[in-house]
Amino acid sequence: MSRLTDANVALAREIIARYPKKKSALIPLVHLSQEQNGYVTEDAMRHVAELVDVTPAEVYGTASFYEMFRFEPTGKYLINICGTMSCALLGAHELMHHAEHTLGVKAGSTTPDGLITLQHAECQAACTEAPTLQVNYRHRYRVTADDFDHLVDDLRSGKLDSEIPPHGTLGRNRQHIPVDRAVGAVHPDDVTSGPVWLEVSPS
Amino acid sequence: MSDTVSAENDAPPVDPNAVAITVNGTPITAQKGELVIAAAERAGVYIPRFCYHPRMSSVGMCRQCMVEIDTGRGPMLQPSCMITVTPDMKVETDSPVAKRAQEGILELLLANHPLDCPVCDKGGECPLQDQAYTHGPGESRYVEAKRNYEKPIPISDHVLLDRERCILCDRCTRFADEVAGDKLIHFIHRGNLTQVNTFPDEPFASYFSGNVVQICPVGALTAKPYRFKARPWDLAQVESTCTTCSVGCRISVHSSRDQVLRHQGVDTGTDSVNWGWLCDRGRFNFEAIDADARLGEPLVRTESGHQPTTWAGALALAKQLIDGADSIGLIGGARSTNEGAFAWARLADALGIDHRDAQLGDGLPASVLGLPRATIDEAANATTVVLVGPDLKEELPVLYLRLRATAEQRRLRIIEVSPASTGMTRYAWRTVAYRPGSPSEVTKALGAADIAEQLAKGDVVVVAGRSNLAESETTAMSVLSAVLAAVPDAKILPALRRGNVVGALELGLAPTDSDHDALATLRRAADGSLDLLVLLGADPLDDCPDTDLARRALAGAGRIISIDTFPSASTRHADLVLPAASFAEQSGTTTNLEGRVTRVTQKVTAHGTSRPDWMIASELAALLGHDIGFASPEAGTALIARTVPAFAAATPAALDEHPAGVVTGPVTGALPAASSADAPPNGYDYRLVVSRKLYDGAVNTAMSPSLAPLAVGAAAHLHPADFDKVGLAEGTEVTLTSTTGSVVLPLHPNANVARGTVWAPFNQPGATVNELVDASAPVTDVRIERLS
Repeated sequence: MSRLTDANVALAREIIARYPKKKSALIPLVHLSQEQNGYVTEDAMRHVAELVDVTPAEVYGTASFYEMFRFEPTGKYLINICGTMSCALLGAHELMHHAEHTLGVKAGSTTPDGLITLQHAECQAACTEAPTLQVNYRHRYRVTADDFDHLVDDLRSGKLDSEIPPHGTLGRNRQHIPVDRAVGAVHPDDVTSGPVWLEVSPS
Repeated sequence: MSDTVSAENDAPPVDPNAVAITVNGTPITAQKGELVIAAAERAGVYIPRFCYHPRMSSVGMCRQCMVEIDTGRGPMLQPSCMITVTPDMKVETDSPVAKRAQEGILELLLANHPLDCPVCDKGGECPLQDQAYTHGPGESRYVEAKRNYEKPIPISDHVLLDRERCILCDRCTRFADEVAGDKLIHFIHRGNLTQVNTFPDEPFASYFSGNVVQICPVGALTAKPYRFKARPWDLAQVESTCTTCSVGCRISVHSSRDQVLRHQGVDTGTDSVNWGWLCDRGRFNFEAIDADARLGEPLVRTESGHQPTTWAGALALAKQLIDGADSIGLIGGARSTNEGAFAWARLADALGIDHRDAQLGDGLPASVLGLPRATIDEAANATTVVLVGPDLKEELPVLYLRLRATAEQRRLRIIEVSPASTGMTRYAWRTVAYRPGSPSEVTKALGAADIAEQLAKGDVVVVAGRSNLAESETTAMSVLSAVLAAVPDAKILPALRRGNVVGALELGLAPTDSDHDALATLRRAADGSLDLLVLLGADPLDDCPDTDLARRALAGAGRIISIDTFPSASTRHADLVLPAASFAEQSGTTTNLEGRVTRVTQKVTAHGTSRPDWMIASELAALLGHDIGFASPEAGTALIARTVPAFAAATPAALDEHPAGVVTGPVTGALPAASSADAPPNGYDYRLVVSRKLYDGAVNTAMSPSLAPLAVGAAAHLHPADFDKVGLAEGTEVTLTSTTGSVVLPLHPNANVARGTVWAPFNQPGATVNELVDASAPVTDVRIERLS
């Protein structure tokens, strides 16, 4: 049931066509499946394996290496609260306590309504704006307890729907290359000459 | 030396590939492109290692092989499995810096590895244990708790994984990827949490899974059939050759208290057949050696069934049966050693037996063995392999591994001719899918421009066997003729399956012509004109593609003597059953499909009073007033080398010198003219394809508790698109009817089966699909009906 939808299969085929080897599309397709289901399901991994002609074990092994792929049911919104140095000094732990209290769940778990998953995160590269958090990888800066409450209210009321896509990963910023403008990638095994930027001196 | 070299040659020839390097102050000569770790090992300097394996690519995972390497920029620590030799390289493997690095790595590896060696199966033969003693610091500074995992978890039917012992060397996962091509185990997660595992509910169901147990450098992977059975120091081992199929992998047979407990693959180096790998069937079917069902004493038929008797009584009865027979047929011998087959051939010569055959109507005419033969190395390194034969992955698994490896690297192009998709199809450059019984279609397809162009490049090897047991050998022979016509210097590798079939055929158990082969013998028996049928390790009822013929033959034969290791469907019909010694219970030699003669070695006492085939022949010959000419396997090997021209090089001394075997030359012969007439379709709808799976009803598989449950079971496999045509659902019990008989089978969808054909695995528990096959017809057509 959590295989890729027909629309996403069409998209998957377009993504696969961008690479000279099908297997190269593995990670973008796992992103796609996570966008669809909120997390990477076993069925989706089997489906991706079929699409790029590898074994499900390869998909699982590759995907599980990466922190941003999730393998447990995840809320529509994933809130990552940074706890690294600058944020920690400026109240990240208090913020996390507040968040846990407000949402009624511990870090690492999901609210009973399936809307929000809360988790600890490492540095989000915005130390000047500490403490920070991300909602579906969209930044929020200098977050206070009140800001957090407003954020949750807005998420629940749907006010942020246009700004924050559900089950968001960074994969939403998807390039689309029209067929007539695609260069067409060459299969590595078919490459006979050296790279164009290297002058090959006649031997 | 110098006085044997002529004047103009007094400077020794310079090897263009030689690279002079220094290891620990000693100058050595390495080969261009050689890894430092391998060059040092050849020179007698062992560098500790866990992930490095000479038959797989280097990955530098474990970092244990750190040495100091100086290429002119000063000594630097480098992993010696990742660095190839360069001229004037200086390597220090046990300098203080290198030792400190090696000790540091071992301390890190042991930070999480449990010290449960006393209860670990690997303890005593564990590279980690051994190298912790030889290259380790002796003490650890780690006091923290170690990782814990649920233990053990099964990753396949044979293999268990204790994850906390794993040191993440990537050997098993690399094997699954590079060697087996079954990438079903993988590193999962990252960093300290990394573990080897399968996809959930998708086991490492590879035919080669046992190899990962052998190459695991710690006790993380263990095999169920051996687990907790013995300690390595209690095992005694001998080197031998696996005779499960005709690839002839070198193995070492390990036993304790006169019981075989495991087989390990042996890599004999440059001339190795199997590179140290084994298939799971060959690795685990040792369990059959001491199965309870083994025949332990001679049996004679009485009114109240088979009764045990003495050997003296049995041989006297055998003499009586032979003396009283005007016409005798001898079928079998492929299970024997060379000496056993040779002894029986000499006895058959003495008795004037014309009807003899080591195959059962499921192979090729013995004349193919007279053609120039390729070795497995030559086939794997050829430009083109034309594969017309069985699914190599199912029947000759290690040959599949060898060909797959070079095809995957695009060094070899395989042109596969098959009526159904096989394990090799994925790696084939071209696949000619043909309808059984239409050799003209195949020869036409082989004439296509791109294939003709590929064949014209030369260096062609034809791997020839039977791709379909429900079809005569016509297709294989016409492909062989067509390729030989296009490429006259093409070589052939016969893909005949039975362990020593090539040896038996070449040592005198080949029929003179098709009027005296196994099928002709069975036909004669069925007609009632054969007085005595001798079955030498042959079970026509289960193993001949034409069951109906076999049944009539066993009923019609005057008398039957069966020499076998287990009671079988055919031994039940025998008037006299003589128990034979099985693999690991007798010494001798065997011949693989290349014609390579290697030693097989006795390791345990033969079961009950069972005797080797050669000894039975020898005693019988003496009773009958003949002499087979030798009285020990060793003398038999010597006699074969003296009297059989093709085996002249396989002397006992040569076999001692070359454990990898001596490749015997073929006796030149001519190929019989192949008929390329197509079989016309008859009134039945589907053409039958019957071929073997790795795990089937073969006695050594069926009698091994670890392997028997893996047989897929009898079924009729149909292309999914043909299901609509027959209007039946998956799993329906159907009746398959041919001109000779009918069987009831469940119907399975299988996209590997060509449309318009139905595929059924041979010799599977559940039903006897061979009932459908008429060996005298070129093809078998069947009708599919719902079981009413």
